[in-house]
Amino acid sequence: MSDAARRTGGRQARLGRRARPQEAEAAQPESLVTTSANPDGPVLVLACGAIANEIIALREQLGVTDDAMVLHCLPAELHNRPGQIAPRVDAFLSEHRHKYSRVILGYGDCGTGGALDKVLERHEANRLPHAHCYEFFATTPRFNQITDAEIGSYFVTDFLVRHFDRLVWEGCGLDTRPEMLETYFGNYRDLVYLAQTDNPDLQTKAQEAAARLGLNYVYHKVGYGDLAEAIREAADV
Amino acid sequence: MSDGEEIILRDLSDADLVEQMKDDLYDGMAAEVHEGTQILLERGWDANDVLSEALVEGMRIVGIDFRDGILFVPEVLQCAGAMKGGMELLRPILAASDSKASLGTYVIGTVKGDIHDIGKNLVGMMLEGAGFEVIDLGINNPVDNYLAAIDKHNPAIMGMSALLTTTMPYMGVVIEELEKRGILKNLPVMVGGAPLNQEFADAIGATSYGRDAAVSAELAKALVGRNR
Ligand code: B12
Repeated sequence: MSDAARRTGGRQARLGRRARPQEAEAAQPESLVTTSANPDGPVLVLACGAIANEIIALREQLGVTDDAMVLHCLPAELHNRPGQIAPRVDAFLSEHRHKYSRVILGYGDCGTGGALDKVLERHEANRLPHAHCYEFFATTPRFNQITDAEIGSYFVTDFLVRHFDRLVWEGCGLDTRPEMLETYFGNYRDLVYLAQTDNPDLQTKAQEAAARLGLNYVYHKVGYGDLAEAIREAADV
Repeated sequence: MSDGEEIILRDLSDADLVEQMKDDLYDGMAAEVHEGTQILLERGWDANDVLSEALVEGMRIVGIDFRDGILFVPEVLQCAGAMKGGMELLRPILAASDSKASLGTYVIGTVKGDIHDIGKNLVGMMLEGAGFEVIDLGINNPVDNYLAAIDKHNPAIMGMSALLTTTMPYMGVVIEELEKRGILKNLPVMVGGAPLNQEFADAIGATSYGRDAAVSAELAKALVGRNR
């Protein structure tokens, strides 16, 4: 050891500032609960917070009350930590599945690599049969058409446009390190706004987002896509 | 991140300097890692030792904390940038010296339909650190790109990356094609990407699954019979 001082920093400093969140997570035993349904109970929609507004809008359109179709959301931030989606869904359903007649998940696979499906099987619940929300909003043929035409397409929805600063810009750390823009978005050409609603303010915001990312702006009004049918089916009206 | 306290790296002993470099790499401080590398070289360190003891070891710790949710993608990118700061100095020395023969060529690329490349680039950097000559095919690679690269570079190992559920199966398509052409029996194929797991890698017939960059570099060394 030399007498010269070292900087305080590195891993020890970091660990001092934060608990190890994952260790607690990993310690959780895998749930083996197979839950039963309540045939007289309401329908549960357990969804990513990123599509909460859309589900509420669809529920209203269908004239279904929030007693008949209960919406519960998990934080949209799990998007960036897909490893936590299946355990969080599992935990929620283990505790609450028995109250509901049917459960529909407002998720695609969302990068869980099949883990979510295993959980759903145990709890007799279904999800949208898509990879992610961009695909179910656009519907599969249209999504494929857009990506086949331009692989460098980066998709945003009403939700992501609204929360672009917090979820995309700050989520990528571009607020403090704008020089990382190229590392993140260097492979992209277009920002494709898959709009749920016709909202000029959001269109302006989306255009600004495209400019900040250095991408072309492309607009598609796609509405609720396959989410609409999934919610209608769940409501059984 | 440290508060930017001014310290004099040159005043540190070798052991402390290596520890400081690992911390600085963890904190994404590229200039400091660059300087530390320079100092160790001036003190007569072998470039390979600087690489493995300070940079690769530092990045290994970063990988663990990323996996455990302590570091996030933006921070990992900073760390990778800091490692590059040291690599710039070491690369020409390593290339010129024959102190350590290359472990062979490693062809790596993200599969068709997928343009995520942060993880792949990190793996490429760690493989380079481990002594492979890395040929990076970039993103969105159809099977023909892999075949052409195999023809051209005669790699010791090939690696594929996928981050999307929709593009993972394409790895299986490539492996099937390699099998059909009789290439697979002589060419280990590694796969990786966040949504993958060992089970999937086994199902598509990959030789091995790399959970993170450090593990992948170790696995790759083992595959060419150079695990130390
Ligand atoms: C950063 C990121 C992006 C960046 C990509 C920047 C870039 N240049 O790569 C941006 C924001 C641009 C982006 C875009 C998109 N993304 Co994205 N993205 C992520 C995110 C948050 C992290 C990925 C990452 O870089 N991790 C950091 C690195 C270090 O980890 P890694 O990639 O896992 O790599 C490590 C290991 O897996 C392994 N490894 C990796 N490759 C290889 C290869 C070999 C051979 C070996 C041995 C090992 C190995 O070692 C690496 C180093 O330790 C993930 C979620 C997540 N946490 O995984 C979503 C995620 C992968 N993306 C997703 C989606 C949907 C998209 C978009 C479609 C979104 C959109 N709005 O358009 C586009 C994709 C377009 C396309 N065609 O590819 C989804 C995928 C869902 C699904 N069903 O598959 C995810 C899971 C997020 C989610 N939950 O919805 N994305």
